[in-house]
Amino acid sequence: MNSLSRISAIAFKEFRQLSRDRLTFGMVVMIPLIQLLLFGYAINTNVRHIPAGIFDEAQSALSRRITQAVSATQVVDFVLAYDSIEAAEQSITDGKVRAVLILPRDLDQRLAQRELASRGTSTGAGGDLDPRAYGQWLVDGSDTIVASTIKGLRSMPLTELSRGTALPTAPTFEVALYFNPEQRTAVNIVPGLLAIILTMTMILFTSTAIVRERERGNLELLITTPVHSLELMLGKIIPYILIGLIQMSIILGLGHIVFNVPINGDIGQIVLATMLFIAASLTLGLILSTIAQTQLQAMQMTVFILLPSILLSGFMFPYEGMPRAAQWVAEVLPTTHFLRIIRGVVLRGASIGNVADDALFLIGFTVIGLLVATLKFRKRLD
Amino acid sequence: MTSAILASGLTKHFGNLVAVNSLDLDIPRGSIYGFLGPNGSGKSTSIRLLTGLLRPDVGSITVLGLSLPGKAEALRRRIGYMTQKFSLYGDLTVEENLRFMARIYGVHGKAVKQRIDELLTLYDLDDQRRQLADTMSGGQKQRLSLAAATLHSPELLFLDEPTSAVDPENRRDFWEKLFDLSDAGTTILVSTHYMDEAERCHQLAILANGIKRADGAPQQLMDAMGANVVEIGGNNLRQLKQQLLEFPEVLSAAQQGIRLRVLVSSNIKDPVTWLEQQPALASAVLELRVVRPSLEDVFVTATGEERL
Repeated sequence: MNSLSRISAIAFKEFRQLSRDRLTFGMVVMIPLIQLLLFGYAINTNVRHIPAGIFDEAQSALSRRITQAVSATQVVDFVLAYDSIEAAEQSITDGKVRAVLILPRDLDQRLAQRELASRGTSTGAGGDLDPRAYGQWLVDGSDTIVASTIKGLRSMPLTELSRGTALPTAPTFEVALYFNPEQRTAVNIVPGLLAIILTMTMILFTSTAIVRERERGNLELLITTPVHSLELMLGKIIPYILIGLIQMSIILGLGHIVFNVPINGDIGQIVLATMLFIAASLTLGLILSTIAQTQLQAMQMTVFILLPSILLSGFMFPYEGMPRAAQWVAEVLPTTHFLRIIRGVVLRGASIGNVADDALFLIGFTVIGLLVATLKFRKRLD
Repeated sequence: MTSAILASGLTKHFGNLVAVNSLDLDIPRGSIYGFLGPNGSGKSTSIRLLTGLLRPDVGSITVLGLSLPGKAEALRRRIGYMTQKFSLYGDLTVEENLRFMARIYGVHGKAVKQRIDELLTLYDLDDQRRQLADTMSGGQKQRLSLAAATLHSPELLFLDEPTSAVDPENRRDFWEKLFDLSDAGTTILVSTHYMDEAERCHQLAILANGIKRADGAPQQLMDAMGANVVEIGGNNLRQLKQQLLEFPEVLSAAQQGIRLRVLVSSNIKDPVTWLEQQPALASAVLELRVVRPSLEDVFVTATGEERL
């Protein structure tokens, strides 16, 4: 009874202080709002309009048709033309273009060779004529996404060039794309952003929570009162759960309206999953708060957690593509587990039961974390 | 009368610094007990040791019959603590701060409102009820802190330099409140570096560099000082002061306005005659008289330090 009263007193006080801190209160709303709009639009792995150059040695009707066909894909925009390989390479070095298409002098011959080869194949003869590529791409391969996009052009169909004589080739596999058939990046990014923004705000709020009281001198008084460490920890967490849910509503609501992200899962399941993650993140923040001596230190530790949460959790890059050691690190971060849950629930319409392992991790993390924070927090000054 | 605080051999190090050194205390219940000493003399550290905020390296503490640090939690309901720095919430109003502390101390229901109204009137904060604590004056903040520390009617009150940010008039009023609390049976331990405040305490301990140099009632300390005080009036006092300090019998000489306050060891039976016989004084026309010692004189003789 007394314990509940003290927890609610701390939670109430915390909420009241927060509501008087206009900037922080504003950030609660502005962080998800701005970040969602910004990143929802900005992050796009479907690369288009890569600036490119052309070195057309053939200067024939065919070379112009190929150039047009490539332009029509919108993958590259031809912005420069060269008259030597050296000029083309220099242009890539200077960063004026990301790629250069070279169409060789014997382009028309190569086409003829291909036609011969395809006819030869159909009759079972002429295997000695090895078909050669029409041209070559020189690519600034440092950005792997740009590189693989250009690589995607390697086998672009150019059937219309061969005067309708080539046989249309059947693909080896058919692919059915579930949950995001139009392949819009925002569909995957928005639920991910929920995880990232909650990681950031929740850890930051609580990591500074106890340190701030220490810096302002409130803690010296508070620890001479009968308040128990666990009561203090719980009281500090509760108001931020509400804040986290507000942020969740903003991100998913806006994601649904602005970016047309489907909400396939049950709302109750989404709220429950988010609350599990909020609790885990807040606990992590509390642990940091018991370690840090100043707010600056707390901030640094938050960034230390935040970066791997963004880069290793599967938000930016698929978890499966990372080396083992990185996967272990990712497994320790609550963000990784929440990302799996929330993408599952929001996009695939899964229930928390379907991703029980990840949910159990978050619950375990919260319980153990709360214990650690309580034990680490001493009601003493030495 | 039993003891509210009993401590023996209390020692606390911070690295190489000995903040408190073999401190023995026996503070009777119902008294106002003072810690007098300059900054860094170990006053705050001693109070933190006695409230259980710090654990001593050596020594034993019993507060209100509870031994520390083991029984610190049980003690917390029975003590009030006013920190040196304002430690309530600046972004909460006076009333919100008090309500918060009331709930933390487990004061419930109707009792809360009644107690808060009572305290606001007692400490003259009725008009500030809805004012944010950060926007109040030093004196108002101090009264709010005292109200919060006494909210749960503690048996023992620790006040760490409560008047350091307050003007003299507010200090006088504040001490009136302390006497009221004391009359009601509260034991008060207060630290200060003001002589006039120390003089109001029933008993006090003089601390310097973590060591207790003297303790007892103020009058008793003055009587047992071991030195006589002579005031010298005249010209060239600065020069005279330097000459007098050469004598081992002169414990201290300090200029106060147009007079020189000289502490002469009580080994000299008649200090005025003794001083007049000194050649340095013989040449000048001076007015000498023995005056009543002050607590500051006690402090100077006890610590051998400069005046506060």
